Amino acid sequence: MDEYILKVKKLNFYYGKKQVLFDIDMNIEKNCVTALIGPSGCGKTTFLRCFNRMHDLYKGNRYEGEILYNNTDILKIKDSIKLRSKIGMVFQSPTPFPMSIFDNVAYGLRLKGIKNRAELSDRVEDALIKAALWEEVKDRLSASSSGLSGGQQQRLVIARALAVEPDILLFDEPTSALDPIATSKIEELMIALKKITTIIVVTHNMQQAARVSDFTAFFYLGRLIEFNKTEEFFTRPKSKQTEDYITGKFG
Amino acid sequence: MKKEGTKSNSFELKNKITLFVTMFAAYFVPVLILSILVSLSFESADAFNKFGFFRFITTSTWDPVKQIFGGAAPIYGTVVTTVLSLIFAAPVSIGIAIFITQICPKKIKGIISGAIELLASIPSIIYGMWGLFVLAPIMSNYIEPFLQKTIGKLPLVGIIFKGTPIGIDLLTASLILSIMIIPFITSVARDSFELVPDNLIESAYGIGSTKWEVIKNIVLPYSKTGMYGGMILGIGRAIGETMAVAFVLGNKHEIVLSLLGASSTIPVTLANEFTEADSKIYMSSLFYLALILFVSSFVILAIAKYMILRTNKNG
Repeated sequence: MDEYILKVKKLNFYYGKKQVLFDIDMNIEKNCVTALIGPSGCGKTTFLRCFNRMHDLYKGNRYEGEILYNNTDILKIKDSIKLRSKIGMVFQSPTPFPMSIFDNVAYGLRLKGIKNRAELSDRVEDALIKAALWEEVKDRLSASSSGLSGGQQQRLVIARALAVEPDILLFDEPTSALDPIATSKIEELMIALKKITTIIVVTHNMQQAARVSDFTAFFYLGRLIEFNKTEEFFTRPKSKQTEDYITGKFG
Repeated sequence: MKKEGTKSNSFELKNKITLFVTMFAAYFVPVLILSILVSLSFESADAFNKFGFFRFITTSTWDPVKQIFGGAAPIYGTVVTTVLSLIFAAPVSIGIAIFITQICPKKIKGIISGAIELLASIPSIIYGMWGLFVLAPIMSNYIEPFLQKTIGKLPLVGIIFKGTPIGIDLLTASLILSIMIIPFITSVARDSFELVPDNLIESAYGIGSTKWEVIKNIVLPYSKTGMYGGMILGIGRAIGETMAVAFVLGNKHEIVLSLLGASSTIPVTLANEFTEADSKIYMSSLFYLALILFVSSFVILAIAKYMILRTNKNG
């Protein structure tokens, strides 16, 4: 039984000529929350965006090494569109599409070719329940998504990503634009969601990493400094740099 | 102390002068617009009293001898050429804007944007000459006979391509106009496409959309109002265009259903007939047409500005 859903081997990444990731080796365990922390510019977001090949959208970016997902190297596959429907992403600021709440969640399903009205509404409801938003929006599914609060919009985006039943969900600082109450809702959600999917989350907030994650990775200047079970990571850091960072001496 | 006092006095005076001069310059514009409106209304009062409003815009007779004037024909010509040019220009412009913002590599982007801006800077008289000497013969020799042989044979719709193809007609004028308004629609559409947040586009890709799906489902709906604003701006430009249209439309006060018929627009009528206006009521009728044009372009521009403003607020 393979416990690892993603295996990163000797990953290097370049923006044009500038190398921003150096020899990353890391295994991501299935049905766990893995947190990536580190000071700004350390490469944690760049690393996250490798998993769904988001860097492909811009010219001049280059990957080296491999990321194995179901025994295929996702850096080599041609069809990044299909990959992205398996590996979803949630961004820093909420990104509801300019359409109704229902259509937002149904968006990915329709892309997959599901047209049956009954199936669509079942799966939309299911995704909204999983994202803990159903009770708040069930009476206004056809209303525009722009009327929701920031926290609700973020949960809508999570529901949209969940609707297509992804194997992995990537969160890029999902709560940094939200207030504390909305933040704690999203954090609870992440913990609940690991039953059905695997989560990798980039965060600026060390407490958040400690609260939600099972594993924590510390990045510094494009290198993976330390990667361990979250409990051990915060109580018995192996590296001096990690210790300095989590005790607030730099960063 | 004393010296400082005078210094601040002269400073205050300068301040006051600056304030006054700039304020005068700023208020001058609305005053000017208002006075143009007043003088147009004043000059057209005779025609308004004689023909009224609805009768004037629904009568197509334009008879200087009997002194009966109605604006229906030039108003019809203006509407037809404007609408047709928008139908031709809008898809092309939006296509160009999509290409520039979403598809085209950075290196070519500058060249294409520059070329399109250049299109806007060509004086309209040159469009008119080119239309008359190059486009009109091509239209009358090749395109219009072809249209007559194909669509012209269909029942009902065939009527819009009836008549002798001479190339000086509503269709050619609309084509010229559409080329002239493409840069306006393109640049507004491009700006509103660029306002779509990167995050939104990335998250559409992030859920497995193709490029086309991102454009169709995210970029276009998000910048809808801006695009409409650009189109209305294009209408505003087309409605008042004079020289280019005057060359290729003929100057005929007649409502023809066929797009191959000569016609006239309000600005073309004005440009051609002020020198011939030999009676007071003739002159006044021309001013009346000018007033109608002035008010409608003013309203159109206001709508366009409002819509573009709304998109910018969205972003």
